[in-house]
Amino acid sequence: MFTDIIQQAVNGLMLGSVVALPALGLTLIFSVLGSINFSVAAQMTAGAYAGWMVNTYLGWPLVPCLIAAFVIAAGIGVAGDRIALAPLRKKASASTPLMVAVVSIALNLALENVFRFSFGNGLNSYNFEIARDIRIGDIRLGPQQFRNMVIALVITAGLAAFFNFTRIGKAMRGVADNPDLARLKGISPANLSTMATAIGMGLAGIGGALLAIDTSVDPLTGSRLLLVIFAAAVVGGLGSLGGAVAGALLVGLASELSLLAIPPVYQSGIAFVAIMLVLTVRPSGLFSAKTRV
Amino acid sequence: MTAYLIFVAAIAGIYALMAMGLATIWGQGGMVNLGLVGFFALGAYTSALTSAHGLPVVVAWLAGALLAGAVGVLLTLSTRRMRGDYLAIVSLGFAEVIRLVANNETWLTKGSDGISGIASPFAGALAEYANLLNMLMIWSVVSVVAWILTRLLRSPYGRALRAVRDDDIVAAVAGKRVLSYKKKTFFLGAAVTGLAGAIYAHLTSYIAPDGFVPLLTIYIFLAVTLGGYTRLKGAVIGAVAVVALLEGTRFVAELLPGVNAVQASAVREFVIAVALIAMMQCRSEGLLKERHDMANQKGEERDGGSANGAPHVASQ
Repeated sequence: MFTDIIQQAVNGLMLGSVVALPALGLTLIFSVLGSINFSVAAQMTAGAYAGWMVNTYLGWPLVPCLIAAFVIAAGIGVAGDRIALAPLRKKASASTPLMVAVVSIALNLALENVFRFSFGNGLNSYNFEIARDIRIGDIRLGPQQFRNMVIALVITAGLAAFFNFTRIGKAMRGVADNPDLARLKGISPANLSTMATAIGMGLAGIGGALLAIDTSVDPLTGSRLLLVIFAAAVVGGLGSLGGAVAGALLVGLASELSLLAIPPVYQSGIAFVAIMLVLTVRPSGLFSAKTRV
Repeated sequence: MTAYLIFVAAIAGIYALMAMGLATIWGQGGMVNLGLVGFFALGAYTSALTSAHGLPVVVAWLAGALLAGAVGVLLTLSTRRMRGDYLAIVSLGFAEVIRLVANNETWLTKGSDGISGIASPFAGALAEYANLLNMLMIWSVVSVVAWILTRLLRSPYGRALRAVRDDDIVAAVAGKRVLSYKKKTFFLGAAVTGLAGAIYAHLTSYIAPDGFVPLLTIYIFLAVTLGGYTRLKGAVIGAVAVVALLEGTRFVAELLPGVNAVQASAVREFVIAVALIAMMQCRSEGLLKERHDMANQKGEERDGGSANGAPHVASQ
């Protein structure tokens, strides 16, 4: 029993660290642009397909696959935002953020169907060697999952450095905290919005590719995890980047540990329960110091 | 062909009910319910299971509507302290959980096999007449629901509700009990959506989790946006238009050269999604604009009159 718990906890941390990337992206976009973008799911799938093509058609190794995933997802993400969402954001009204959220679902659906049209409904697997599990006592570690976790951690650390030490990163945090003040200080929110969308969607793309390397790609790869990603972001407070990572790890842990008691089909139900529980106790999320309105 | 058209007209009526439910919750109440399909499924399963126990179909429908409404109230209560966009996420998650339950609680829902042989309200009639009667009956229900909702939304309740939607803090200061209005509205909208599901279950006499995909929510959002999201009449017109679009693109997609079945359905869904995006951008208020209340209209006339074409500042 004890080793079961440890094993599931390890699995949970590995799932959580992969989910952390799209959750970070979602949070970054939300905090700079002020509205939810449900199309992160489609960008995960976009990244997964981009990496898969580089891997299977060109035969290139992991790092170029991930770079392709980032670039393609960022590109599609920015284009989608410009074409579908930006015109709506210009209309200033109280219901604008919710309108943008609804339209981003339609955007997600449109992209999903582009993938379905191009690649079909079938599963596509990456062409990496399957390595044997690493065993530590009775605990098994999938090398691919372990590598995913390390990559996710490295990217998260890089991102933290970007936000803390570079001018653009600091400006982005400034816009997230207080757009009006940022404008007074001479920061252009428009450029930063584009950059936040690019980085956020690119992160979702890498997350999707890592996930797909571990499993496979199909048009619904991202959408299937949408609820888990939202749970991570919401638990983290939908505005705090550190919170998104912590939220992702928590939701990952919760959904894997729940397997000890609940059938695996209800895993995305656990994400829903996590959202409800956290928001009932703390309506603005676990790690958010303030309520953003 | 006639049989097909009658069936399509019946489905349009069901979409019209759902669209009115959404127009009530979203357009009038200002709450985003991305879990429409969950309430639809809840109504369908409740009604199918109730009538399987020998209760009359109408009682089963009411059970479906009431349960969906009650769950809607629970959802409003549990999200009452959250911001608007959290309700969107929670309701989306709710629909997903309903689908998980429908798929996995085999003892209750027969899982992915679905429930078949659901009683038809016109079981005695000949098949072709049963379909016609169903269609007429569904549109009668649409009319009755539209009449009731219109009366409610024109009453003081409706006016207060719109005040809550436009600014709940001002409404609260004016002594309106905001949460109570939101609860009632969500109940109404969810119950109408549940009723649509219940009627659907008895129309097709077969339901399965595959019929309750999130796509259906998108269709209804498109219908309501198309028709003007604050107006019931707009919701009905929008629903008919969406069903026409769905059925029309079915034929067009088949005509596309060199496209297989998966690609054809991808083209259809893509068209629907792009239509929604374009609609929201070009004319976010839809075909029918919101009609202003009496008090409001008088206010506008008075403002216009006093200024007499001149800017306000000049007349002061």
